[in-house]
Amino acid sequence: MARIATRQRVVVSTIGAWFFGFLIFFPILWMVLASFKTELEAFAIPPSFLFFHWTTENYATVQERSDYFHHALNSIIIAGGSTLIALLIAIPAAWSMAFSPTKRTKDILLWMLSTKMMPPVGVLVPIYLIYKTFGLLDSRIGLVFILCLGNLPIVIWMLFTYFKEIPRDILEAARMDGATIGRELIYVLTPMAIPGLASTMLLNLILAWNEAFWTLNLSTSNAAPLTTFIASYSSPEGLFWAKLSAASTLAIAPILVLGWFSQKQLVRGLTFGAVK
Amino acid sequence: MGQITLQDVQKSFGPVHIIKGADLEIADGSFVVFVGPSGCGKTTLLRLIAGLEDVSGGKILIDGKNVVDTPPAKRGLSMVFQSYALYPHMSVRGNIGFGLKMAGLSKDETNRKVEAAAATLNLTPYLDRKPRELSGGQRQRVAIGRAIVREPKAFLFDEPLSNLDAALRVQMRIEVTRLQKQLGTTAIYVTHDQVEAMTMADKIVVLNGGKIEQYGSPLDLYEKPANLFVAGFIGSPKMNFVTGGHALQKGAATIGVRPEHLKIERDGTGGWQGTIAVAEHLGSDTFLYVDAGELGMLTARYIGELSLHAGDHVSLVPDPARIHRFDASGNAIRG
Repeated sequence: MARIATRQRVVVSTIGAWFFGFLIFFPILWMVLASFKTELEAFAIPPSFLFFHWTTENYATVQERSDYFHHALNSIIIAGGSTLIALLIAIPAAWSMAFSPTKRTKDILLWMLSTKMMPPVGVLVPIYLIYKTFGLLDSRIGLVFILCLGNLPIVIWMLFTYFKEIPRDILEAARMDGATIGRELIYVLTPMAIPGLASTMLLNLILAWNEAFWTLNLSTSNAAPLTTFIASYSSPEGLFWAKLSAASTLAIAPILVLGWFSQKQLVRGLTFGAVK
Repeated sequence: MGQITLQDVQKSFGPVHIIKGADLEIADGSFVVFVGPSGCGKTTLLRLIAGLEDVSGGKILIDGKNVVDTPPAKRGLSMVFQSYALYPHMSVRGNIGFGLKMAGLSKDETNRKVEAAAATLNLTPYLDRKPRELSGGQRQRVAIGRAIVREPKAFLFDEPLSNLDAALRVQMRIEVTRLQKQLGTTAIYVTHDQVEAMTMADKIVVLNGGKIEQYGSPLDLYEKPANLFVAGFIGSPKMNFVTGGHALQKGAATIGVRPEHLKIERDGTGGWQGTIAVAEHLGSDTFLYVDAGELGMLTARYIGELSLHAGDHVSLVPDPARIHRFDASGNAIRG
């Protein structure tokens, strides 16, 4: 009896999980499908699911009208650059807060997080003016800088929680074994923190890749990443669903693939500390 | 060489004084145990010697050289942690050899020494395993291997056996003692377990509230406790304390008699009368917990089996030569 009940439970929860998984995935699937339809079929009612005239024409048009690789390169530079700089700043910051905390450490951490509570639009005008004055508008450096600053609190928090989990005893053991601070970092701390560093890096890459507020407002063409590329298909000449879908599919493809291959790391990163 | 001297060593965290001036002389090659209740400062004192904490005052001399400003790595000591603190990403070989690698020894030299240490500790078959693939006892052995391979001036042990089960603890206790005698290296061992202290130590330091209460050989502490605290802490079961008229007769505020120094007489009339509340029969020993009226609960120990049971009336006669006398401030009265 008990065994049958458990089995039923497994079946039901499996079906449930697949159902919700599909529900969440559906918009992406719909977008990919729409990108292979003609403009007419894309907003036809009732919509056709799989049986329509498959075409890659939209991709050709998108490629013709705008330079995908230019935007993709910008995205790689901006997301990659901001992640790298954020990690370079966050690693020492998180180390020091995790391993030699002071009375104010908790306050500093909370203060950093509090900057994420403010809507970015609140500082759009001053940031825009500063960027204009220093000639940073539509520059890759400017975007790297703002995305790095924007994500820094989250990166520091994540690394801080990771480093906190590393037992102090092990670091002290290394010290007793004669390791200097530098060697302690290289031989003991970093290898132990690699899973944490990797998932923090991945999450930050995804956040920076998908960031649309600052990239849309501070760039036009030269430094415009893929978010701007998608946006350019949304309004001016009316909605072209199929082309917009093709552009969006192209824009999210790289990060989707990266996310797919690193999902184990990501899940571990997001649930770290909550599940031991 | 590994002679360690503490001169008025103090440690405070903010306004809290953890160590209130410790003076100690640890001879080269001796096995010294720091024992005391939790929070007495024994681990802090060990960490001060290791250099993992900075002293707030006083001097620590290793072989005559003051090391308070020397970083842990340069003090020539090695430490075994309660949590083992093995490097999880390194094999047993890597763990044991890490200190040698840091010291810049060649690969061959390191391997030779690691293998010798592993052989001493029966770890040879596990050299290429990771710590997570080892049992608790094996991990502890790796931690000890890491300590001995560097041939330090002294070993520092911070409650190394407290995570092991009872049977393994006894076995490791013997192994650690044997190893220390074999190597002849000074060892400082922190524990809250007075049985460990009595069985392993050449000399015991009893700590309480950040102060050294007494420093001496295990039998010294057992036979001549300096005060009420040491008398109550060393020995199991605990010493019986009697105050009031019986103590005043002996010219003391408190007298103490160990359970094994009370002669048990069935239906006797001398000594201290009472009724057995609980009788524990271990076969090798019999422990009687006797309700002695105004004297309170007294514990008596009989070697071997004694067929007495709860509710029986007994009288307990203290061995006059084994009565410890304490004055009103708790210090032992000698002579």
